[in-house]
Amino acid sequence: MVLLEAKSLGRAVNARILVQDVNFTLRRGEVLAITGPSGAGKSSLLRLLNRLDEPTSGTVYFASEDYRKIEPRELRRRVGMVTQRPYLFPGTVAGNLNFGPQQCGETLKRVALEQLLEQVGLGGFADRDVANLSGGEAQRVSLARTLANQPEVVLLDEPTSSLDEASRGEVEALLLRVVRERDLTCAIVTHDAVQAMRVAQRTLVMNVGRVVRDGPTAEVLHA
Amino acid sequence: MLKHWFTGQLQLGFAQALATGFTALIVVLLARSRGIHLVSETSIAMLRGIVQIVTVGSILVLLLHAPSWIGGVVLAAMMAAAGQISGRRAKGVPGAFAISTWAIACGAGFVIAVMTWLGVIETAITSLVPVGSMVIANAMNTNSLALNRFRSEVLGHIGEIETALALGAEPQASVAPYVQASFEASLIPALDSMRSLGIVWIPGLMAGMLLSGARPLYASIYQFVVLAMIFTASAITSLVSAMLIRARIFTPAQQLALQAGR
Repeated sequence: MVLLEAKSLGRAVNARILVQDVNFTLRRGEVLAITGPSGAGKSSLLRLLNRLDEPTSGTVYFASEDYRKIEPRELRRRVGMVTQRPYLFPGTVAGNLNFGPQQCGETLKRVALEQLLEQVGLGGFADRDVANLSGGEAQRVSLARTLANQPEVVLLDEPTSSLDEASRGEVEALLLRVVRERDLTCAIVTHDAVQAMRVAQRTLVMNVGRVVRDGPTAEVLHA
Repeated sequence: MLKHWFTGQLQLGFAQALATGFTALIVVLLARSRGIHLVSETSIAMLRGIVQIVTVGSILVLLLHAPSWIGGVVLAAMMAAAGQISGRRAKGVPGAFAISTWAIACGAGFVIAVMTWLGVIETAITSLVPVGSMVIANAMNTNSLALNRFRSEVLGHIGEIETALALGAEPQASVAPYVQASFEASLIPALDSMRSLGIVWIPGLMAGMLLSGARPLYASIYQFVVLAMIFTASAITSLVSAMLIRARIFTPAQQLALQAGR
């Protein structure tokens, strides 16, 4: 079943084209890598997918509905995003994980919170101050915070690129495990072809705002 | 020394203005040698200041015996001008002029109206316009500080704000910490003025009242009254400004519109 579909999607700012005529589908449970050189429009495309930016042409269909008809806050809860840098809010890890649920008047039960933290390898971290976390730990909290909203699609914008080599491997392994355990639908931006091979079944290659290749990862990256 | 050279009051006044302006310029030129470039902005501000205040002084002379509603018109014009000047501090924020004018009108306008009704400010133009202008000027400064700080806070925390939006937060909630920070920062001068009253400075109004023969105790109490009015007007201005601006920096689709370089 197609969960997310971009149709003629484009964005230009002050006559500068960031994304142009992008078409692709994302099926439920599929992991899609979006790769390409710097400035290719990968992150810009991801921002369009959960409507942090507005398309200047085309649109996105989420569960067969034009996403402009879905209330932005609801859309963003259902299409979660993990940014390149983990922008954690001041306070505790638990406070960060509760941020999303609190926006719709809910609070995570302690058991659910601990389970989520266990899943990202941070069991017992609930009451830690985020100021004292390492880069890798902060990115794990960022992932758990997005998962706390129980999104149907997770968009990952180079989630390991700001980490050191050791943390990068750990976070990537964790991502793979969480994606499999939760059967998540994912789009992951990466400039690392090897990482794309490891994590994604399908890959889009972008260049100058356009999709230049789309297909099974092994085929696309060995073409 | 100047009194020996200039005997006429008007000549003396201009000489004093030149002396103080020259001193300020020396300071700015010294700052320039440290890489702080304020020469043109300060020169223009000083020139504007003297021309404007002399013009207003001349108009006040003409209006001394005018009906009090004219005072209201003068104050309304002052608020519009304050809104325009202050709005420039929010570069990139759509409708900054309207936000500033509304905020200053709500803060200063409300306080002036209530205090005039209560009889704290006399309705005579000679009292209404000078006291009202003090309230407006301070509301303007507070508004400028609030807008400037809010803009800097938002531009410095784009990642945090967009993360909050991406997690399903309402736009207002995503900028709430920065609204609070700008509100608190904008009120620091008004609070410090109140706190240091009589210890660090004796304000011009009180000095003027003493020079014109008012009882020192009444002059000091009235000075407190003016500062309390200024604080109230500033706080309302800052609150209104923050409420209006936080709605303007987001698009209807709840995307952050204020971005660096736009």
